[in-house]
Amino acid sequence: MVPLSYYLALSGILFACGVAGFLIKRNIITIFLSIELMLNGVNLSFVAFAAHWHQLAGQIFVFFVMVVAAAESAVGLAIIIAVHRTRETLNVDQVNLLKL
Amino acid sequence: MISLHLVLFLAFGAVCVAGAINLLAQTHPINSALSLIAVMAALAGEYLLLGAEFVAAVQVIIYAGAIMVLFVFTIMLLNAGVEEHTKGSRVAIMVGVPGLLIGSVLMAWVILHRSGTEAVAMGALPGDPRTIGQLLFHDFLLPFELTSVLILIAIMGAVVLASKPEAIQKRKEH
Repeated sequence: MVPLSYYLALSGILFACGVAGFLIKRNIITIFLSIELMLNGVNLSFVAFAAHWHQLAGQIFVFFVMVVAAAESAVGLAIIIAVHRTRETLNVDQVNLLKL
Repeated sequence: MISLHLVLFLAFGAVCVAGAINLLAQTHPINSALSLIAVMAALAGEYLLLGAEFVAAVQVIIYAGAIMVLFVFTIMLLNAGVEEHTKGSRVAIMVGVPGLLIGSVLMAWVILHRSGTEAVAMGALPGDPRTIGQLLFHDFLLPFELTSVLILIAIMGAVVLASKPEAIQKRKEH
């Protein structure tokens, strides 16, 4: 039997790694991957709480998070393609103007 | 006493943490993407340990399958190279690392002091597709329908954003 706090600690580690990548990484695609890592960490805590309190609704929330992640990655990657087309760079330091 | 459950949790958790750290350590986006796929596969194992079989299957099929394929294709399409560092990245590290440390300490404190530590029995929760489906299409029907609208908007937004400006201009003229 694994205590709930172990799962929450793992979820927190994954979320912290996601935040670190979001802040430290300079490549816009890697920043997006870090956001996905954060969403995965939150999903783990949802499932752990669902098992802990015997509430299946926690697992349903995971599906909604996945749907939002899918929509977000589709739109976000389209924005990345548009940014790459106009600026020809993926470095976020060089993407500092809304209009070219 | 060490149970099999704990051993499996630690094994999958080690893969998760190693993949997450590898995501940060790699400089090429394709390596980061592949290590994120490893994290997602190991997380599916954790979901199985928590009795959420359907979530584990969806995690592998949708997340590690569909969403990450989208990422890998974009990396290939844009021919993304190794990350370059400029003056702004030093600022990001100087602000980011202390902020991350403070956040981690706060999170660890909350987890250690504010969460119950009762054990979770393996298979205590029915996470099979039948129960999930009943819940999803009965209790959560309205949010489910709303997500379909969200997906539709996302598809249209992605098509409009990713298409070439000349193509949009041409469509307007017709």
